Amino acid sequence: MSAPILKLAKVNKSFGPIDVLHDISLEVRAGEVLCLLGDNGAGKSTLIKLMSGVYQPSSGSIEMDGKPEHFPNPRAAADKGIATVHQFGGTFPLMSIGRSFFVGVEPTKGWGPFKVYDRKTANAIAVEAVQKLGITRITDGDRLVGGLSGGERQSLAIARAVHFGARVLILDEPTAALGVKQATHVLRIVNEAKRRGLAVIFITHQVMHAMAVGDHFAVLIRGAIASDFRKGEKTREEITDLMAGGASMANLEAEIESAFGEDEEKTPRVA
Amino acid sequence: MSSSPSLSIGALLRRPETGSFLGLVAVFLFFTAFGGTNFASPTGAASWLNVAAQLGIVAIPIGLLMIAGELDISIGSIIPAGSMTCAIISGYYDLPIWIGVGAALALGAVIGLINGILVIRTAVPSFIVTLGTLFAVAGMTLGFSVLVTGTTSVAIKVPEAKWLLGDFIAGIYQVTIFWWIGAALFWSFVLHASPLGNWIFAMGGDKVSARNAGIPTERMTVMLFVCSGMSAAFVGLSQAILYNSAQVSAGQSYIFNSIISVVVGGVLLTGGYGSVFGIVLGTLTFAVVSQGIYFTGFDANWASLIIGVLLLGAVLMNNTFRKMALSYTPKKRGK
Repeated sequence: MSAPILKLAKVNKSFGPIDVLHDISLEVRAGEVLCLLGDNGAGKSTLIKLMSGVYQPSSGSIEMDGKPEHFPNPRAAADKGIATVHQFGGTFPLMSIGRSFFVGVEPTKGWGPFKVYDRKTANAIAVEAVQKLGITRITDGDRLVGGLSGGERQSLAIARAVHFGARVLILDEPTAALGVKQATHVLRIVNEAKRRGLAVIFITHQVMHAMAVGDHFAVLIRGAIASDFRKGEKTREEITDLMAGGASMANLEAEIESAFGEDEEKTPRVA
Repeated sequence: MSSSPSLSIGALLRRPETGSFLGLVAVFLFFTAFGGTNFASPTGAASWLNVAAQLGIVAIPIGLLMIAGELDISIGSIIPAGSMTCAIISGYYDLPIWIGVGAALALGAVIGLINGILVIRTAVPSFIVTLGTLFAVAGMTLGFSVLVTGTTSVAIKVPEAKWLLGDFIAGIYQVTIFWWIGAALFWSFVLHASPLGNWIFAMGGDKVSARNAGIPTERMTVMLFVCSGMSAAFVGLSQAILYNSAQVSAGQSYIFNSIISVVVGGVLLTGGYGSVFGIVLGTLTFAVVSQGIYFTGFDANWASLIIGVLLLGAVLMNNTFRKMALSYTPKKRGK
């Protein structure tokens, strides 16, 4: 098996006296999808921010290709090929597809002070990149991003990351706000990115979505990795239980059921 | 100007300046109907073109700031500050005009620099920051003027610079009209043709994403504030040269007038959308209404009513056109 592209070794992060992450060790390889599962407040966002250079670890190390790395800012991480796509795609609703695709790296034509943004080239490259990922409905680079569906926006953002040579793709809850069909589109693109040899870190709290694409799973509870396993080693119920904090899910279900039971008994009397 | 991919009516309706163009046509027809031939005559046109030119030179950089998601109201006191600086140096002290002009522009740049740095360092909304500098600069202008000259109005006689900054062409058209056209061409290039324009739109769309995409958002913000400060100072000094005198309180009306022009021109108040051509049309619309009223039989007091209604109408219309632009999907060819 190849060496991991990105590796976290015993990473801790605290904000003042508050420990947010304890001893996180993770690794992700090329052509592999690592699913980070966790309930709200488990530390998923902090972990993403550590990997994308927004925060720096309090202790522990981040390695890329076996060499220790330090990301002082998001730009440094991006330069090393770590791309983060946020829940709403991180795109600009009132910009055209071509323009938003090339924000910060605009293609130009002309010379000297008269360098002009090259709309045609930008639109053509952007549309081609999205279509290569299987979103064939996008054909006009002049369309505004805000007119795309949530899934298409995610796809555009992923296509952008792939086009600009990302090696590690961090997807922050890409399917959380999407319907079933849209989510399927995004999951298909995650698979496509994986097939192209990207290392994908897929953050979600939807176990179904994680199981559809994941090779490797890590469950985060209160800032620590509660479980780390590979595809097929655990069932959906087991993972859900883990995310909810061990056996408590079964208890919770029992609790809800008993509450419903009481309600059913009470309701006729009230009416 | 960004070229439109196709010249269909639908594509035109989706452009940010459509609303302001229709607004301009409407007010123009209105005043031609009620103001008679005088309104559209060369002399009539000069009256609103002169107003539009001075306002327009400030309105465009203000509009760019708004597209980038910021606001600058300190121009209201940078204009008289630029005016007074130029008049005190080249009028009161009788130094060469280029020193007065240079000092006024430098002052505008420095105030813009302070605005920009305060906005990026403190993360206080730019409305509040520039509200602060608006008052601070107004106070300093008044204080220094009285301290240095003992009066709040200074005369300046610089015939050698008139042709460039304060002359009337054909006796009626202010030379600032040409500066305005130049400014509009320059800013159109910046916003619509150069990559910098893309950065400005991106900043107004989502500042965090723009920064993560590698855009130097802080440097851009400071630069835009410097540009609006310098443009305001330019308007101030050209007024001083034009009218041969400067007053300490001659710019407050520009604050709202420029914002109205920009918003009527189709710029989204929250940033990320707009065009220089739209701002130019919005400025013209404002000038036509504020001057056109004098050509009609109506009391000039009604002009503000028209401007208020126009502003609300323009915002609603611009919202509609923006929604059309968002929901646009290309039709399959050869249906």
